[in-house]
Amino acid sequence: MNMAQPESRTSAHLREAQMLRIECPWCGERDQEEFQYGGEAHIVRPESPDTLTDEQWADYLFNRANTKGIHAEQWCHAAGCRRWFNVLRDTVSYAILTVYRPGEQPPGNIE
Amino acid sequence: MSTARRLQSGGLIDRSRRIRFKFNGKDYSGHPGDTLAAALLAQGVRRFGRSFKYHRPRGVVGAGAEEPNALVQVGEGALSTPNLRATQVELYEGLTARTVNGWPSLAFDVGAINNRLSRLLPAGFYYKTFMWPRSAWMRYEHHIRRAAGLGHAPSLPDTDHYDKRHAHCDVFIAGGGPAGLIAALGAARSGARVLLVDEQTQLGGTLLFAPVAIGGRTGLDWVSELEAELRSFPEVTILNRSTVTGYYDHNFLVVNERRTDHIGPGQASSKTTRERLWRIRAKQVVIATGAIERPLVFDGNDAPGVMLASAVSTYIRRFAVAPGRSGVVFTNNDSGYQAALDMVSAGMEVRAVVDIRENPGASVLAAVSACEIPVYRECVVSSVQSGFQGLKRIELAKLSPGGEDILSHKGLINCQVLAISGGWSPAVHLHSQSGGRPRYDSAKACFVPGSSVQAECSVGACGGSFTLAACLREGADAGISAAVQSGWPGGYVDVPAVKEFAQAPIQPLWEVPAGALSGNGVKKFLDFQNDTTAADIKLAAREGYRSIEHVKRYTALGFGTDQGKLGNINGLAILAKALGKSPDEVGTTTFRPNYTPVTFGTVAGRTLGEQLFDPVRKTAIHAWHVRRGASFENVGQWKRPWFYPRDGEDMHAAVNRECLAARNGVGVLDASTLGKIDIRGPDAARFLNLLYTNNWDNLQPGRCRYGFMLGEDGMIMDDGVTTCLAPGHYLMTTTTGGAATVLTWMERWLQTEWPELKVYLTSVTDQWSVMSVAGPYARTVLKAAGCDLDLDGDAFPFMSMQAGQVAGISARVSRISFSGELAFEISVDANQGLALWEAIMVAGRDYDITPYGTESMHVLRAEKGYVIVGQDTDGSVTPVDLGMDWIVSKKKDFIGRRSLSRSDTGRPNRKQLVGLKTEDPSRVLPEGAQLVNSRQEAQPVPMIGHVSSSYSSANLGRSIALALVKGGLSRMGGTIYAHLMDGSVVPATICEPVFFDPENQRTKS
Repeated sequence: MNMAQPESRTSAHLREAQMLRIECPWCGERDQEEFQYGGEAHIVRPESPDTLTDEQWADYLFNRANTKGIHAEQWCHAAGCRRWFNVLRDTVSYAILTVYRPGEQPPGNIE
Repeated sequence: MSTARRLQSGGLIDRSRRIRFKFNGKDYSGHPGDTLAAALLAQGVRRFGRSFKYHRPRGVVGAGAEEPNALVQVGEGALSTPNLRATQVELYEGLTARTVNGWPSLAFDVGAINNRLSRLLPAGFYYKTFMWPRSAWMRYEHHIRRAAGLGHAPSLPDTDHYDKRHAHCDVFIAGGGPAGLIAALGAARSGARVLLVDEQTQLGGTLLFAPVAIGGRTGLDWVSELEAELRSFPEVTILNRSTVTGYYDHNFLVVNERRTDHIGPGQASSKTTRERLWRIRAKQVVIATGAIERPLVFDGNDAPGVMLASAVSTYIRRFAVAPGRSGVVFTNNDSGYQAALDMVSAGMEVRAVVDIRENPGASVLAAVSACEIPVYRECVVSSVQSGFQGLKRIELAKLSPGGEDILSHKGLINCQVLAISGGWSPAVHLHSQSGGRPRYDSAKACFVPGSSVQAECSVGACGGSFTLAACLREGADAGISAAVQSGWPGGYVDVPAVKEFAQAPIQPLWEVPAGALSGNGVKKFLDFQNDTTAADIKLAAREGYRSIEHVKRYTALGFGTDQGKLGNINGLAILAKALGKSPDEVGTTTFRPNYTPVTFGTVAGRTLGEQLFDPVRKTAIHAWHVRRGASFENVGQWKRPWFYPRDGEDMHAAVNRECLAARNGVGVLDASTLGKIDIRGPDAARFLNLLYTNNWDNLQPGRCRYGFMLGEDGMIMDDGVTTCLAPGHYLMTTTTGGAATVLTWMERWLQTEWPELKVYLTSVTDQWSVMSVAGPYARTVLKAAGCDLDLDGDAFPFMSMQAGQVAGISARVSRISFSGELAFEISVDANQGLALWEAIMVAGRDYDITPYGTESMHVLRAEKGYVIVGQDTDGSVTPVDLGMDWIVSKKKDFIGRRSLSRSDTGRPNRKQLVGLKTEDPSRVLPEGAQLVNSRQEAQPVPMIGHVSSSYSSANLGRSIALALVKGGLSRMGGTIYAHLMDGSVVPATICEPVFFDPENQRTKS
C-alpha cells in the first residue's frame, strides 16, 4: 500500500506551484501573455517639474531601482480590460505575490 | 533482398504486413512496428552515414532519441524533413530517406581524406586555421559546410498545417515507462487531472524490450492493463509520439506532438495537423524520462557494429532483428549482461562478455555462464579492427588494477556486434531546464537531479534509481504525492512485485588505455556526430581551457543534433581527470530546450502569413483602389494606396502627375487610416493641455488645432490635428502607425497618474472613412458633390470643422491641409465611405480629379516642410530642433516640458531640421545619406547630419530634401556634402525647410 507520506525524497521535493499567471484585479486570473509590462510602480510625477534641478528631474525620468527580489511594478491587462494595476513580483523566482489597484499601497505583510 | 537478420518470431512487429520504402535510392521493406533503423538492420545494412569531420563510416549506435549517427532526410520536396534520427522514424508505405552526411555519396566520400589527415585536424582546427583573413571566413565556411553536410532545409513552402494547444493539469508526467505509468495511475486514482506524455509509438519505455515479470505478468501485459485503466479516467490524457521539449518557469511545459509523420504525407484528413505544440501549465510535474546508456571510450569505438547494449536488446526483443551473426559484450556494470542473453536468444553466437570489474553481479554471472559464454573479468576491449562494412574483430586486454594501463594483450575475438555499456546517465534534461542543478553521485557514477527549484520531482532511472522495483515504488509514491499536493485526497496503488537481477556496483572507466592495434588515425570517440575525441578534450585542457562550457565550444562536444546525449558525461569526466578535479567540480554543460529538434512549422503554428501572423487592415475604399490599379504600401498593419499608375507609367511618372494635379487641379487622398480617438469629459481640455505642447484652453467648438505629443524625455512621440466637437468633446487624430501606442499612453496617464481627471477615451479609427480633397478646385468639386455647407473663406475658415451633408451623406467637413493646398477633409460613417468616394469622383470628373497615394502625399508635404513623425524624427528630436518653438507653450506644464530645458536638449549644436537643395537640381539624394562638412576630410570623418526625406518635386522642377543637421538652423545658405555608397560626393545648399508657398497663401485661399 502506498498512501502519500512525506517521508520519501520525491514527495519532499514537491512544493506549491507558482504559475506565471496574473490576477487582474478586474478580470481575475489570466495567462501572462495577455499582459503588458509597465516597469517600476509608485513613481509619482513631480507636482512642479519646473522647480526641480536637472539631477532631480533625471532621477524621476531615468533612474529605476533595478530590484533583486520583491519589486513593485505596473502591468496592463492589454489583451483584456486594458486597465493598469500594480503587481508585487519576485524578480529572482518570477513569482507574483500580490496585485493591487492604482493608487493603493502594497500590502505590508509581504516580505 | 535479404531479410537474413529478421528473427522468425517475437518482437512488437506485424509480420503479416510488408511496408516498402527507399533508403539512399534503394528499395527495402519492413513491417508495421519497425523504425527505419530496425528495418534497415534487419536487411543487413550496417553503414548509416558518414561522420561530420573525418567522414568515417558510421552505423547505428542507439535505438532512440540519443542516436548520433543515423541521421536521415525523410520525404521529398516541400514536405522533406532533415536530420531525423532513423531510430525514431516510423515506417510508412512509400517512405523515402537518405543519409544527410556523405557527399557526394555514402560509398564514395571525398571528405574521407580528412580521416587520413586527421592528425592535422585537432580540436579547434577550423578556428585556428580559417580565422585569417577574417573576411574570407564566409567563403571557407561554405565549403566546410558542404563537405560536412548536414541535412537540407526544404526550399518550397510547407504545405502541412501545424497548431497549438493550451492545457492545464494537476499532475504532468513526462515519460510513459514503468515509473511514469504507475505515477499516472497513482495520480489518476487520487482524482487528479493527469497529462502523460511519452515520446514513443506506444507506452512502456524499457518494458518494450526488457524481459521482466511484474506481479506475475509479463511487463507488456502489465503495461496494457495499466494503459486500459488510465484511459478509463475522463481526466487523464495520454499523448503518444510526443516529446517534452522544454520545461520553463512556473511549471510551464512545452510538448511537441507528432500526429501524422508515422503515416506519411497526404494520408491524414486535411483537417489533421501534422504536429502540435502543447503549452501546458501544470501544478505538479513528475519527471520519469529514464536514463540513456553511456558508451565506453576505447580506440575505434565508432566502428559500425559497436552499439549500446540496450540498443542491441531493443533491436532483438522489440523489433526481432539480430544486428549481426556474432557478438561480444563490453561492460562495466551488470546491465550489459542482458544484451548477451538477448543475443543468445536471437541465435547469435556470443563469444565473450568483457567486464572491467573484478566482481560482476552473481546473478548475471550465473545467467551468462549457463549459456556457456566466457566472461573476461578485469579486462577491456582495447581496440577494434573494422573494414568498410564495419566491425570485424576486437582486441581483448587485461587491465591493471587501477585501470590506468594494459597489463597484457589476450588476443583477438572475431565478432560483428560489440554491445557496450559504460553505465547509465539519468535523463536530467528536464530537471535541469526547470532550474535544478544536477549533482554527481560517485557510487552510481552519474549525475542525478539536485534539489527541486519548481514543483517537480524525478522518479525512477532519471532520478538515478536503476532497478525496476525502485522505479515502481518511487513512481507510485510520486504520483499520489503530486495529486495530494495539487489538492486531491490521495488514492491507493498496489506496487507489484517484480523479478529482476540483483545488481552489483558499477566501476567507471572513463577512458580505456590504448591497445596494441591502436595506431595512426585510430581514435577514442566521445561525440560521434561531431567526431570529438578523448584526445581533443585533453588537448583543450593542455591549452588552458578549464570550464566545461568553454571546452564544449572549443571541441564541439555535444554540439550536434543529439546535443551530446551519449558523449557529454564521458567528456566531462575525462576533462575532470585531466584537470585533477572531480566530475562534480567540473559539472555538466547547461541542458537547454529543446530536448530533440523541433520543426519551424510547429513553432509557428497557425500564425503564418497575412491572415494570422499580422492581420491586414484595409479601408472601406480599398476595393476601389484595387480596381483603379493602385500599388499599395504597408503602413503599420494598414494597406495604403502608394500611387495609382496609369497605363505604362512608372512610379516616378505617376507621382509627378498626381502631385501636379493636386497643386493645379484637384486631388483626393484616402486618409481613413489615421488614428482617431474620441475624448470626452469635463476635464478633456485639461488633459489635452498635459498631452500636447501647445495650449488647448481656448479652442472653440468647430475649431481644429495641430499638436505635438512628447515623451516625458521631451522627444516628439506623435502629432496630429485635434478638433473640438463640443464643449468637453474632442476628436484627436494620430499618425497611422502610432494610433495604438498613443491610446495606450493616454490611458496609462489617466489611470495611473491622473485618475481624478474626468476623461473618457474611445478609439474610433475604424468607425470613420476620411478623404482629403485638395487643390485649387477642391471647393468647386465639393459643391458639385452636393455639399450643403457654405464653403467660402469667411464662412468656413482654415482650421475649422462643420457638420453637414455631402452627396446626401451625413459628414464632418474639416478645412485642414497636409498638402499645403486648399483642402477639405470629409469624414463619414465608414459604411458610407465608398459611396462618398465614388460621389466625389463623379463630381470631380470635369476637373480631372486625381486620386493620389502616400508617395505623392509625402512629396506635397515635404514641399511645405511638414514633418512626418518617425521619418523626419527618430525619438531624439524635440519641437525646438524642428524650429517650431512657437508650438511649445511657456505658460503651462505638459508631459516632457521640463526635459526641454535639460542641458542636453538646450545645447546649441543639436541636430536641427533644415531643407537641402542639391547643386545639381536633377540629383535626388538617398534618404538616410550621411552628411559631412567637406568633400574630403581626414578620417574619421565627423558625421554632422543625415537626410530624412528626399524627393524629386515636379511642382518645383527640382529635387528637394529635408535633413537633420548639427546646428543646421544657423547654417542657412551653407554647403554640405552627402557621401554616397557609390563613392560619389553630392554637394547641397542648406535652406529653410519650406520650399513652396512659404506664406501659406494656398491653404487659406
